[in-house]
Amino acid sequence: MHQIECNNLVLGYDGKPILSGLSFFVDKGNYLCIVGENGSGKSTLMKTILGLKSPLSGEIKFGDGLKVKQIGYLPQQTEIQKDFPASVYEIVLSGCLSKCGLNPFYTAKHKELANKHINELGLDNLKKRCYRELSGGQQQRVLLARALCATEEIILLDEPVAGLDPKVTSQMYNLIDKINKSKHTTVIMISHDIGVAIKYATHILHIGKQSFFGTKEEYLNSDLLNKFDFKGGEISE
Amino acid sequence: MNSFSAAITQLIDTFEAFPTVTYALIVGIFIAVCSSLLGVTLVLKRFSFIGDGLSHVAFGAMTFATVLGFLDNTYITLGLTIFFAVLLLRTNQNAKIKGDAAIAMISVGSLALGYLIINIATKLNIYTGNLSGDVCSTLFGSMAFTLIQRNEAILCIVLSLIVILAFIFLYNKIFAITFDEDFANATGTNANTYNLILAILIAIIVVISMKFVGSLLISALVIFPALSAMRIFKSFFSVTVFSVILSTFCTTLGFILSIMYSTPAGSTIVAVDIIAFSVCFVIGKLAGGNK
Repeated sequence: MHQIECNNLVLGYDGKPILSGLSFFVDKGNYLCIVGENGSGKSTLMKTILGLKSPLSGEIKFGDGLKVKQIGYLPQQTEIQKDFPASVYEIVLSGCLSKCGLNPFYTAKHKELANKHINELGLDNLKKRCYRELSGGQQQRVLLARALCATEEIILLDEPVAGLDPKVTSQMYNLIDKINKSKHTTVIMISHDIGVAIKYATHILHIGKQSFFGTKEEYLNSDLLNKFDFKGGEISE
Repeated sequence: MNSFSAAITQLIDTFEAFPTVTYALIVGIFIAVCSSLLGVTLVLKRFSFIGDGLSHVAFGAMTFATVLGFLDNTYITLGLTIFFAVLLLRTNQNAKIKGDAAIAMISVGSLALGYLIINIATKLNIYTGNLSGDVCSTLFGSMAFTLIQRNEAILCIVLSLIVILAFIFLYNKIFAITFDEDFANATGTNANTYNLILAILIAIIVVISMKFVGSLLISALVIFPALSAMRIFKSFFSVTVFSVILSTFCTTLGFILSIMYSTPAGSTIVAVDIIAFSVCFVIGKLAGGNK
C-alpha cells in the first residue's frame, strides 16, 4: 500500500479542468519533487492532496497508516504573516494543535515536542523572538518546525525557498534532505528548480501539457527533460 | 484647580446619588475586556471592518425592534446581528461580491434603513419617543447609560462572560486559524467552524457595547487596544494580555472623566484610547521594536 496514491486526477477551478489524467504515488521515505511551469497547477495539486480543495474527478487514496488531515504543510508566506506579532515558540507549538483533540490546551508533551523541533532546526536562540523580525530563511525554518510538530510522517512544501538568497536556499535544501534521510519523513516539494529536483529527489512529477511521473533516473532518460529549459542547475554548497 | 475639585465632587456625588453608575462601570469593564480580546484577532485577520459593519447592522436591527414595540429589544437585535455576522463572513470567503463591498453594502444599507424606519414610524405615530435623541444615543452611546437597570447589567455581564470563556477555551485554535488558515485546515482543524464562532462572538460584543459607546464607536473599542499593544509587544499572548489591560484602564479612566466633566461616555473613552495609542506608538518607535 502506498502512502498516497492518486489515480486519474482532474484538477481545476469552477468546473474547468486545468490538469487531467494525473496518476502518481508516494511511498514512505520518498522525496517527490513536483515541477512544471507557472500556472500548470502545482499549488492546486498540493491543496488537493491536503484536502483543502476537492478534485473534479479521480481519487486520492491514503494508506500505510496515513490519514487525511495528517500532513505537515509548509505553505507560501501570506500577507497576514508579514506583520504578525507571534513568538517563534508560539508558532511552532501551534503545529501540535491537531494532536490536542478535544483538549483546549497544550500539554507538557506537546511543549516538549515543540522544543525538540526548535532545537533540531537550530532555532534555540530565536525561541522568544518575534516572527516578523526574522530573516526569510529563519522564518521558513520556523514553519518547517511547525510542520514537523504536526507530523513526522510526511511534509508538503510549497516552494520553500521562494525569495531566499542562494546561500540560505542551499542550506534550506540541505535541511530538508537531512530530515528526509534521518527521520525517514516523506517529502513532497513543489519547486521551480529542476536542478534541485535532480539533485535531491527520488521521484519526479512533471506536470504540464505532457505530464511525467517516475523515478529520477527514468526522468533523466526521458526526452521531457530536454524540452525543459534546463541549465545544469547544480547547487553550490 | 477649582474646576478639577468641582469635577471630583461631581464624580463622588454621582456615585452616591446613582448606585447604577457602579453597574455601568462594571459593565463597561466587561465590555472593554471582551472587545479587546477579540480585537487582536480581528485586526490580524483583516476583519476590522466586519466589526464596523456589524455595528451599523445592530443600529438598523435596534430601530427595527424599537418600532415594532419590543419592550426589551436586546434579544432581537442580538439575533439579527448574529445572522448578518455569519452572512458577512460567508460572503468574505467565497463570493461574487467581494468582501469589502459586501460589508459596505450591508452596513450602509442598515444604517439608512434603520433611520428611515424610525422616521416613518414617527410620522405614523407608531413611535412616540424622542426621535433625534434616541438616534443620537444609539449612534454615539446613551447619556443615560449610567442609569442602566440591574437586569440589563446582568444580561451584559453574562454575555461578556460567555465571550471571555469561549475565547480562553478556543485560544489556541484562534491563534492557529489567525496565523495560518491553510495550515490549520490541512492538519485537521476546521477553520470555518472557528471563523463562524468568531463571527458570533463579535456580534455579541457589538450588541452589548452598543448602549455603552454607541454603534458608531464600537470598532474603536475593538481595534485601538489591539493596535496599541501590537506597537510594543511581540508575541500573540503578550499582545492579547496587554490589550486587555490597556482597554480596561482606558475604559475606566474615560468613564470617570466623562462623569467628572459631564461628557458622553463613549466618545470620552475613545479619546482616551486614541491618546493611549499615540503613547504606545511613540514607545514602539523609540524601542525600535516595530518595523
